[in-house]
Amino acid sequence: MILPTPPEARSTGQLPEGAAAQRFVAGRQMIGRVWHSTFLTALLIGILALATLLTTVVNDAFGYVAVQAKVDPATLSDRPLEQLTKDELITILQANISRGLYRRFDRDKPFSERTQQEVLALIQERVTAVEIVRAFGLWESLTQRATIDAEVQREFPGAKLEFRSWLNGRFITNPMASAAADSGVRNAILGSLWMIALTMLFAFPIGIGAAVYLEEYATKNRLNNLIETNINNLAGVPSIIYGMLGLAIFVRGIEYYTSGAFLGISDTNGRTIISASLTMALLILPLLIINAREAIRAVPQSLRQASYGLGATKWQTVWHHVLPNAMPGILTGTILGMSRAMGETAPLIVVGASTFIVTDPTGPFSKFTALPIQIYNWTQQPGEQFRDVAAAAILVLLILLLTLNTSAILLRNYYRRSSS
Amino acid sequence: MGGGETRPPIVVVWRLEQSMEPSVASRAQPAATDSGGGLDLRSRPRLGEGIIQALLWMCAAVSILTTIGIVYVLVHEAWAFFSADGASIGAFLTGTTWAPQIGAFGILPLLNATIGTSLVAMLVALPLGLGASIFLSEYASPRARAVLKPLLEILAGVPTVVYGYFALIFVTPRLQELFGKDVVQVYNVASAGLVMGIMILPLVASMSEDALNAVPQSLRQASYGLGATRLETALRVVVPAALSGIIAAFIVAVSRAVGETMIVALAAGAGPNLSFNPFEAAETMTGHIARISGGDVSYGSIQYDSIFAIGLTLFVMTLLLNIGSGLIVRRFREVYE
Repeated sequence: MILPTPPEARSTGQLPEGAAAQRFVAGRQMIGRVWHSTFLTALLIGILALATLLTTVVNDAFGYVAVQAKVDPATLSDRPLEQLTKDELITILQANISRGLYRRFDRDKPFSERTQQEVLALIQERVTAVEIVRAFGLWESLTQRATIDAEVQREFPGAKLEFRSWLNGRFITNPMASAAADSGVRNAILGSLWMIALTMLFAFPIGIGAAVYLEEYATKNRLNNLIETNINNLAGVPSIIYGMLGLAIFVRGIEYYTSGAFLGISDTNGRTIISASLTMALLILPLLIINAREAIRAVPQSLRQASYGLGATKWQTVWHHVLPNAMPGILTGTILGMSRAMGETAPLIVVGASTFIVTDPTGPFSKFTALPIQIYNWTQQPGEQFRDVAAAAILVLLILLLTLNTSAILLRNYYRRSSS
Repeated sequence: MGGGETRPPIVVVWRLEQSMEPSVASRAQPAATDSGGGLDLRSRPRLGEGIIQALLWMCAAVSILTTIGIVYVLVHEAWAFFSADGASIGAFLTGTTWAPQIGAFGILPLLNATIGTSLVAMLVALPLGLGASIFLSEYASPRARAVLKPLLEILAGVPTVVYGYFALIFVTPRLQELFGKDVVQVYNVASAGLVMGIMILPLVASMSEDALNAVPQSLRQASYGLGATRLETALRVVVPAALSGIIAAFIVAVSRAVGETMIVALAAGAGPNLSFNPFEAAETMTGHIARISGGDVSYGSIQYDSIFAIGLTLFVMTLLLNIGSGLIVRRFREVYE
């Protein structure tokens, strides 16, 4: 028992007196203080875990990398390669690759037609072949520069050490690639945005409609009770189950529509953006409905009575008075739903987002990938470089989510100010 | 809708007759001629309103359709699985090997791993979540609460795939440093469970805190008045009064842990393994569904159908847990006032 009861009190029904009483009270207060700090610790452990998580991500997303070139660019020419003319570059290229390969490049696109930039890119790809052989975390990079230097010198004598931010401009604008260092998240971001936009297109009107019905129209009867209980239970269904629903109904059941075949698009199957969006819409509907209902319930009854008193119909009251007043709450809930849909991964895996795809999504009926899918994919890959790319992708996702949530708060504050 | 609403119009009419007779008379004239004597104030049926109400009802019915869809899909495909050769409900529920290539479909290894990860998660989330909620509701000053609570809520907003990354990249190596690399496998139940506990912590904390806050202040004041310390008040008065809400929070947390996918898919391992060692790799039900459906399994194959049987089991488990938590709140809630 953590709380002391004086033994005397239990046996005789009397409380201690004098010094014994003071000791007893002091003891109780001591225990109180101990537990006070225990409860605080529990809370702090949670916050510490959050801090550790963020530090891990940041630590992996930045740091030194050891870059090794097959041929050191300095040995090819005494000036930097970028400053050479096209002809000089071609000479270097000819000297360093086999004649057959050179002829093949020439056949693909005659060298006379290539620009200096393109020849330079060829040299970088075929001759110098710069690649990252080792990557370090931010913490190591900042504190143990000397150890890193020594290790790189020992293991990769030709390698050069440079500081790299894995989250950089090229990472945002590049599509997926097989090498970690060249990979980017452009098509994943576009895929996520397409998916979110379509999801909201389906979920927002239906969610508000359902909330309005349940709050303003529904009478207390069995069916409406059932709908209400049902929505609460749906909110507790694991997201992967929604994925299976999407797989069986949207991907396979109505494949003719979700693949775009009814519009004459024939190069895809049902694993398209629209299937994922429909699945996500069903997934976030309970959340939207529950939030929207709360917002509608918070609109004062007097507003409705005033509207009815002026002869407005039920729908006029809802449309002109209840909804505008509930909008801040509804929008906040909607943005929460959006961030939920943004981070959900499991249903997308089941519905079948592609893990490797280099083209941008072009419409609702194209194959796609999404940010969380890429994070999942990269985390699974062996090798520290993929780990670092995953960390950079996580930063992108977290920044997007942060933007969404901040805009939710700003929106709510703005509405609050303009309505009062 | 009774007498209260009929009275004001009468007053208005009386006043109008008294003071502005000419204008009222002129305005009432056209209406009077339309309906042939007196103003017709009865409500007329409005087609538009009816259509709108029907549309709104359909929006609400989408949720029912979703449930029907889930149940239909899971039962239909699971039925196809159970009626195939080599798979029966009995063998499914009691079999100890899950090896589709040899036609062995026993869910126990997957179920065991699910229970294992959830158990570890609960061991982390329940004490920490309850402790945090007691601190927030009974000890924290309003200012401390305003800082600490949002921080905890950020934890709830982090996508689960990020937690999976955290488990695999950070927690597993720390466990290996602590217990030795030959003891702790790269993929293991403990790491996934620990991180899942952190993920569920804010859920437990905020639901329990709501329950604790709902306990009337007068109970605390009575307890202080009898000379109890803050701790004694919290543990002997407030927590027992809020117990139904706290238990409901725990059950919802279990249901969340059972259905969680990304953390276990990344950190718990790929490959069914009936083992009680938390440092071994073992695939959970959700992890298996994610791995199989993410791969190239052809539709209609027995392996494809088998994931729906697992999904059905998962759905029934979480549904029972959620219903149970609702029942406990309704049945055992202490109502004050």
